[in-house]
Amino acid sequence: MGKQLLLENINVEGIRTLEVYRKMGGYASVEKAIKTMSPDAVTEEVKKSGLRGRGGAGFPTGMKWSFLAKPAGVPRYLVCNADESEPGTFKDRYLMEYIPHALIEGMITASFALGANKSFIYIRGEYFYISRILEHAIGEAYAAGWLGKNILGSGFDLDLTVQVGAGAYICGEETALLESLEGKRGNPRIKPPFPAVKGLYGCPTVVNNVETIAAVVPIVNHGGDEYAKIGLGKSTGTKLISASGNINKPGVYEIELGVPVEEFIFSDEYCGGIANGRKFKACVPGGSSVPILPADLMLKTSSGENRLMTYESLSEGGFATGSMLGSGGFIVYDDRACIVRSTYNFSHFYRHESCGQCSPCREGTAWMEKILHRLENGLGRIEDIDLLWDVQGKIEGRTICPLGDAAAWPVAAAIRHFRHEFEYHAKYPEKVKDPKHTPPPMPSLATVG
Amino acid sequence: MSTQQVKFSDEALLECQKIIKRYPEGKQKSALIPILHIAQAENDGWLSSATMDKVADLLQLNPIEVYEVATFYSMYNLKPVGKCILEVCKTVPCWLNGAEDLVAYLEKKLKIKVGETTPDGMFTIKTVECLGSCGTAPMLQCGANYHENLTESKADALIEKLRTENTRKNYTDII
Ligand SMILES: Cc1cc2nc3c(=O)[nH]c(=O)nc-3n(C[C@H](O)[C@H](O)[C@H](O)COP(=O)(O)O)c2cc1C
Ligand code: SF4
Ligand code: FES
Repeated sequence: MGKQLLLENINVEGIRTLEVYRKMGGYASVEKAIKTMSPDAVTEEVKKSGLRGRGGAGFPTGMKWSFLAKPAGVPRYLVCNADESEPGTFKDRYLMEYIPHALIEGMITASFALGANKSFIYIRGEYFYISRILEHAIGEAYAAGWLGKNILGSGFDLDLTVQVGAGAYICGEETALLESLEGKRGNPRIKPPFPAVKGLYGCPTVVNNVETIAAVVPIVNHGGDEYAKIGLGKSTGTKLISASGNINKPGVYEIELGVPVEEFIFSDEYCGGIANGRKFKACVPGGSSVPILPADLMLKTSSGENRLMTYESLSEGGFATGSMLGSGGFIVYDDRACIVRSTYNFSHFYRHESCGQCSPCREGTAWMEKILHRLENGLGRIEDIDLLWDVQGKIEGRTICPLGDAAAWPVAAAIRHFRHEFEYHAKYPEKVKDPKHTPPPMPSLATVG
Repeated sequence: MSTQQVKFSDEALLECQKIIKRYPEGKQKSALIPILHIAQAENDGWLSSATMDKVADLLQLNPIEVYEVATFYSMYNLKPVGKCILEVCKTVPCWLNGAEDLVAYLEKKLKIKVGETTPDGMFTIKTVECLGSCGTAPMLQCGANYHENLTESKADALIEKLRTENTRKNYTDII
């Protein structure tokens, strides 16, 4: 196992309680930051660490923090994005459920750096039971003086509130999240203005993912430079990967960025190979919104180099032959999986989750679902493939928020790499009516494993 | 308007008051989503227009502001539902691990289709999108509980248990 910064103590008995968490060195980052550092110095360490947002977009966290507007007399907010609804992603749940204090500690240290005196954790409604775990832990932290007024006698006050959502993927988009937190429908806002200038209640706001905020703890404890030594190149630190699909050992793994994809899938330390002795067919490495890749391109880039678990390597080759690290929702398909059915499943998801504000997204996602439905149910035509390609291309880049792109990319990638399966559907309607039909083999023996 | 009796226990009202106080002055609308969860749990697992009007009253909002929100989010039920809603995840990672078979099994066992409720009002089957349990697929949520790594026999046992308990399961239940 590589370096563990977030999950190191996850198996320690009682780590959910403040007492044990503290015994294992918890809350040291709060002490260090509040007693020995200025808020700007904390931000400086985060900048030096090279930490990139773990919610999906990978934006440098330190830079995001330094954009926060600081007009005098106006409150600033830190909002933790615990909406975690990107299909294939379940790492934030794991962290919050088992080490709630890691997030709370990160929230205090980050709030101190940003000068926020009121912070929120917005958690998806389905995780209600986790909101209880967090609230209990927050209660412990208040009682011990880590939250509330005059923390550690520093004059710094912080209130921390957990807010539950009510079922809407779009509320993971940061401006939709803020709308929802204000008690409204989760309709993304037009940007600019960005939340850093006009966010929650019209005040400057930083929105960060759970894992991003938890990573602030080791960064402050060890220093940004030390953190930056872990990982590879611009992909610094460790990353939680949620591994699912047809593998022997699904679960959440903390990896040091830079592990080869092949090792991640096949070694016993991680996924343990493909389940049931099947062959590795395809993978969506970063949550449902990122392009699917066939096995050969997943293991090696088009220039023949080993593909690595880093932001750079996973996107090597652009969308023609690459994908993205995204949220780290790593979904593995074996050779029985029908890519058309998978794409239909995802397109249903995006149609269902579109907030409906922009026509290209609202209408486009509905059309994609409809066309894929007929292909999957033996009513498709060969022209449907080009039609689908055309529709997805008309969504991308023409919408208020990136959900439109997220709906289009998986469709485009599936057609790009698995066109023969779409053709098979159009040509053999009788065969594909059975949802469990065997998909046709790759034209160039691309399944490996 | 509806004459349905809206229920809010003293305990629930107290909880609502606590929630409202969490937000800055004048921002009580932020309490709407959590309070709708409480209202739903208090009123047989769904939100009638009378219940929504009561929530509007509580938060001094226009009823339309409540309807807008209640219709946007998938966890609010706008029609009566069974005591136990079996929310089966059907998104890709669960699909790769047999979610379709699980849905078919539940439909056969309970003799209802997705979206329907058993005649005794006990079970409703729903399919939902990824619940963040992809590594323990297939799974379903019932109230606050996640039931994971399901097999047919585990599903049988769960249904048996829910039948015996014979209580409504809410998201807000403490587990
Ligand atoms: C449709 C959509 C859904 C998203 N869902 C999530 C989510 O569930 N969790 C998350 O942290 N970020 C999500 N994001 C990204 C957020 O908008 C935002 O970039 C992120 O919270 C920033 O935090 P980070 O910089 O720490 O990653 C989503 C974005 C989009 C467009
Ligand atoms: S792209 Fe889709 S989800 Fe995003 S604002 Fe437009 S309609 Fe809503
Ligand atoms: S796909 Fe079912 S829980 Fe994620």
